[in-house]
Amino acid sequence: MSIQLEIRLKKHNKVYSEGENVTGVLAIQSPSDFKHDGISLFLEGTVNLQLSAKNVGIFEAFYNSVKPIPLVTSSIDLATTGKIPSGTTDIPFEFPLKPRSGRALYETYHGVFVNIQYLVKAELKRSFLNKDLIKTQEFIVEYKAGLPGLITAKAEPVNFKISPGSLQNVKDKAKVPRFLVTGHLDSATCCISRPLTGELVVEHCEVPIKSIELQLVRVETCGCAEGYARDATEVQNIQIGEGNVPCGLAIPIHMVFPRLFTCPTLITNNFKVEFEVNIVIVFQDDHLVTENFPIRLTRF
Amino acid sequence: MPAAAPPRLSCEWSSRTRDVFQKDFKKQLHSEEVLDHPLKPLVVTMSESRIIKLRTVGGSTTSSTRSSTPTPTQSSLYSMDPLGAALEGSDPLSQLASQQKIDPLSAMAADSWVEPIEGKRGKEKITSTTVVDDGMRETWASRKAGILCKFTTSEKLSIVTSFLSGGEKVIVKAQGSVVDKVRTRLEQLDDFEEGSVRQMLDLSQQEYMGRIEQLNSELVQAWHQDQRVKALKIAIQCSKLLVDTSVIQFYPSKFVLITDILDIFGKLVYERLRTKSDYYAPGSKFPTCLPENFTPDMVPESAKETCRNWFYKIASIRELVPRLYVEMAILKSYSFLTSGEFSQALMRLTRMVRGIGDPLVSVYARCYLCRVGLSINSSDRAYLRENFYDFLAMYNQLFSASVRMDLVLQKVDLSTYLTLYTPALDYILQSVAHDATEKTLAEILDRCKRKGNSALLFNTIMAAFKPAYVAARATQFVELLTCCDEEGFPKYLLFRTLGLCLSLADPPAEHCLQILNDVWKVVSKLTNPAQYVSCAEVWAQYVSKHLATREVNTFLGDIIKHMSVGRAYENHYASLQTVMERVLAHANDFETLLTMDKFLPMLDIFQKESVKVEVCKSIMSHYTKTYQFQTTNDPVITNALMFICRVMHDSVNALTVEDEKRQIGNLICSFVKRVDFARDFEQQLSFYVEARASFTNLDVIHALLVQSVNRLAVDTRCIVKGHHTRKTASFVHACAAYCYITIPSINSVLMRLELYLLSGQVALLNQCLGQADACLKAALSLIPDVPKTMEVDGKQRTSEPYIVSYICNFLSTLLIVPDSPEQGVLYLTRGLLNVIQTYSWDQQSTGRSTVYLHVLDMLAAAAQETYPYHIDMVDSNDVLYGSDPKFITELNRMCSVVVEEVLSHLKYLGTSELYQKQSSLALELLIRIAVKADLSKPDLATLALNLWNLAQRHGCMDLKLAVRITEYMKKRFSSSNDDVYADFISKLKIKS
Repeated sequence: MSIQLEIRLKKHNKVYSEGENVTGVLAIQSPSDFKHDGISLFLEGTVNLQLSAKNVGIFEAFYNSVKPIPLVTSSIDLATTGKIPSGTTDIPFEFPLKPRSGRALYETYHGVFVNIQYLVKAELKRSFLNKDLIKTQEFIVEYKAGLPGLITAKAEPVNFKISPGSLQNVKDKAKVPRFLVTGHLDSATCCISRPLTGELVVEHCEVPIKSIELQLVRVETCGCAEGYARDATEVQNIQIGEGNVPCGLAIPIHMVFPRLFTCPTLITNNFKVEFEVNIVIVFQDDHLVTENFPIRLTRF
Repeated sequence: MPAAAPPRLSCEWSSRTRDVFQKDFKKQLHSEEVLDHPLKPLVVTMSESRIIKLRTVGGSTTSSTRSSTPTPTQSSLYSMDPLGAALEGSDPLSQLASQQKIDPLSAMAADSWVEPIEGKRGKEKITSTTVVDDGMRETWASRKAGILCKFTTSEKLSIVTSFLSGGEKVIVKAQGSVVDKVRTRLEQLDDFEEGSVRQMLDLSQQEYMGRIEQLNSELVQAWHQDQRVKALKIAIQCSKLLVDTSVIQFYPSKFVLITDILDIFGKLVYERLRTKSDYYAPGSKFPTCLPENFTPDMVPESAKETCRNWFYKIASIRELVPRLYVEMAILKSYSFLTSGEFSQALMRLTRMVRGIGDPLVSVYARCYLCRVGLSINSSDRAYLRENFYDFLAMYNQLFSASVRMDLVLQKVDLSTYLTLYTPALDYILQSVAHDATEKTLAEILDRCKRKGNSALLFNTIMAAFKPAYVAARATQFVELLTCCDEEGFPKYLLFRTLGLCLSLADPPAEHCLQILNDVWKVVSKLTNPAQYVSCAEVWAQYVSKHLATREVNTFLGDIIKHMSVGRAYENHYASLQTVMERVLAHANDFETLLTMDKFLPMLDIFQKESVKVEVCKSIMSHYTKTYQFQTTNDPVITNALMFICRVMHDSVNALTVEDEKRQIGNLICSFVKRVDFARDFEQQLSFYVEARASFTNLDVIHALLVQSVNRLAVDTRCIVKGHHTRKTASFVHACAAYCYITIPSINSVLMRLELYLLSGQVALLNQCLGQADACLKAALSLIPDVPKTMEVDGKQRTSEPYIVSYICNFLSTLLIVPDSPEQGVLYLTRGLLNVIQTYSWDQQSTGRSTVYLHVLDMLAAAAQETYPYHIDMVDSNDVLYGSDPKFITELNRMCSVVVEEVLSHLKYLGTSELYQKQSSLALELLIRIAVKADLSKPDLATLALNLWNLAQRHGCMDLKLAVRITEYMKKRFSSSNDDVYADFISKLKIKS
């Protein structure tokens, strides 16, 4: 058994917001006494941007990735050179969560081309014969209520009516079966912690329906020297209608926004993270009809 | 020592006459008049408690002991043989078994699904909500079995899963950050989804169930190995199976199997959350797991977080059906987050089920939702009704073109398809209907009427709501049902369900006949005998309960007509039997029932012997129950019952088990007991003769007949007060002859012995000396045949005590039997002595010597001038011989022989060193000699003295007894002036 490091945060859900103190302990477990050359802790928050191969060449994508944007950095020396006794040693720590000057703290977000991540990193230095021990622990940042510039969700119902006539990119309208799907989303500005809701009614449909799905799409835009790259990728796909759904019956639209993979809609100078919802109707013959709704996510 | 010399083995007996009997008479305890026979209350109690038991089967057994208060009844002891009464009916076990047959509910549960009333009945009794929930839950448990039995298939099934293939690779990585963890999990998921998913085709139903069971254990195992993601995946894959409606007949069973797994999953999640969350009880410093009834604010943050994670995870399941099912499965865990979440969640899920296009999948999802909802004790029940209304909203889907096409492909007809809905729909509507008001019924009925093809809905409504509600509007229902078009739900099931309701609750009395007429118009058109009989079975109860005999008769006639076509009855004995049971159970007037012209023809429909016997048995037991103390002499009834009994009797053969024989015997006996021609004794006797001719196989019946005839003889004597006319004399002769002839056909030796003695006594009582002699002689000749062991209370015991007591009884009868002029003095007693002599006694036991001592007693009594008791109008030997010296000498000689026998036994005991026995026997004999013999004869006195010495020779004498004996003798002989006695007593000294 070797030496083990563990960072235990005080909050179970590991959610912090600006101005709070990130507190916890560094737990060191060792079967025997050992010497070290100092233990330090780092708090880091960065935005990682990656260029998609679609927009720039594959090599550029690989080499030209945009430099990470640091949002917060601080460090503490927990101990100077010394000795750690055998057994478990807990060293408490505390960081104030404050952005670097000129920066703001964005919410944690794990995307494809944009990643916003906050880490606590512990480093235990040892003499040159032994490798240094490093341990990282992610924590989550959320906006706190009352932050200036935050929009809040409000009910703005979006009604929709999908029919062959409303389709845009169809070449031969005659091939499209006749159907009418109406409904509404309760709001296009949604609170991220509450589900997306609404209703959908298949008024009539000529061919049997195979499935009705809700697709959550992230739209990430990265600005860089060459201009900007905008990519839409699927976050998740939720089925709300299975098989030939009854006509005239309101089917609820209900989707829980996944944590980490979504964040409040974020628009900055360098990058943007936006979301859209697609309602996808798949017919028995695997033809599908999609209706797109841009939505805005908010924390509150 | 001269005293120690062994007593001689012979002696000259000389008995003495005494006036002992008069003296003893005065010493008797004072008597007291009683109102009741001491044994009778016991008898009554037993039959009563049996009735109680019948009603509360499954209840506590204390009910049998509860009613032990004696209740006087008018019945005379004779009218009911206590033993017969106790055994009448049957033992508790077979009662339970037959009870099951009688119970309409369980009987039906066996063959069809349409029995929701079971649950309903339970519901009515219970009021508190939590208990009701339990009731509903239990209902589900009982339903499960029913569903699994009913919905089966022989088609091949297939499973798509990744967990049964075996070689599951579990990636164990050092899981660094959350990101890493998430990544590995995602990889794991991908792994499941891509490579290892395989389809298993061509599984038989049994294999399929085995696979599902395997998935189940896999899930539990994965859970306990901390692979919770895998467990979740299994749960998801299981619920995915519920989307597949191929092999549609099996779907309900599949639902049951899979929801069982989901239940387990839900429970695992819940229990883990509960036990893993550290809870600090107020005032305590040590964390414990949450108590069973926690509130959300007691739940620590970490547990809430874990719980939230579960729900987030489930919310991201792609497919609708698995997402719904898995959320329902862990719905109970919402209680860790908030307490008010349930109503919202239930309502939301109710709405979301709408997204399921296949109506069958959707209705079962709703069923599961309702079940889960009921199990979490939410007070809000609105979602239940919402579920039903949503089902109504999509009801037309059931008849849509796409469904029909699917049915054609699967070769399933519409009516079978619709019956697949019943379990789920019944459950949903029942949960709606339980403690619902009539208004709800009216409202739901109204909504259903607006739908086309609503037979399925009506069926469910009738099954779900309180029968009383349905019964109140029975005519309306009949109208609705008659109008339902033929296509779709099978009509007979509708009427069957209606019948079930009406058998539990009564419709308005004025409509009873009309309802039956309307219903039967439709039912009698059914050509399929199975369908017809399943209706008839249910309606039989209604008909027999509410309508008069004439209608019952017509009803039976119709059944006979329908079931005789192509011998259809052969396949439906069970149902027809139920029809009979119901008719019998509700027949208030058994006599008219038997006189109905369709009743016996109905019996003829049961051509299979065993079934017919069963039916006859139930007829008889119902008869005996209804006519507990009544008697009959109606020739029609007697004949009908005689016929039925004969059927039962004729079924007895060498292979019949003992218990069956006993049952049949008791039933026939109870019939025989109930036939009573009052004062027409001759007809009564001729009935007994006929009965004997009819029932030749069973001992009990013969015994009963002999007893009855004896009673008849005694009754006759009572009426003529002992002075027989020529006619009565010949009648009692006939009775005695009847007994004498009947007894030999009984198998049991003991029974024969008893009856011979009894018949002999009765014959003697009726001054039929010849017959009495014959009976007693027959009894004597039987004694050597008595088996060495007999069964007492189910254990094998030696029969010696019985023989001893029987012989004693016999002896006391012999005392008053006058000697026949053709035979020698006391020839019967001599015969008995011979029998005792030759009977193979157990050498070790005291049986033989006890009997000899009693013979001495009897002979001593016979030597008296007048006998202690007599039979009126019969001269005993005291009158016949008038204490003739020759007679006395003869008696003395016999006594001497007997004493010699006893002495030789004493010697035997001595040589066998059984001193204890020897001593007590010596004392016994000493008393006999001292009290009954003439001690003035020196021989006898010496013998007595020798016996005294013998008794205490080995120090085994019971000292207390010896003291008491001497005391007694002193007192007894104090009045006599004879020195002999004083001398004798003075010699009785106890050696210390």
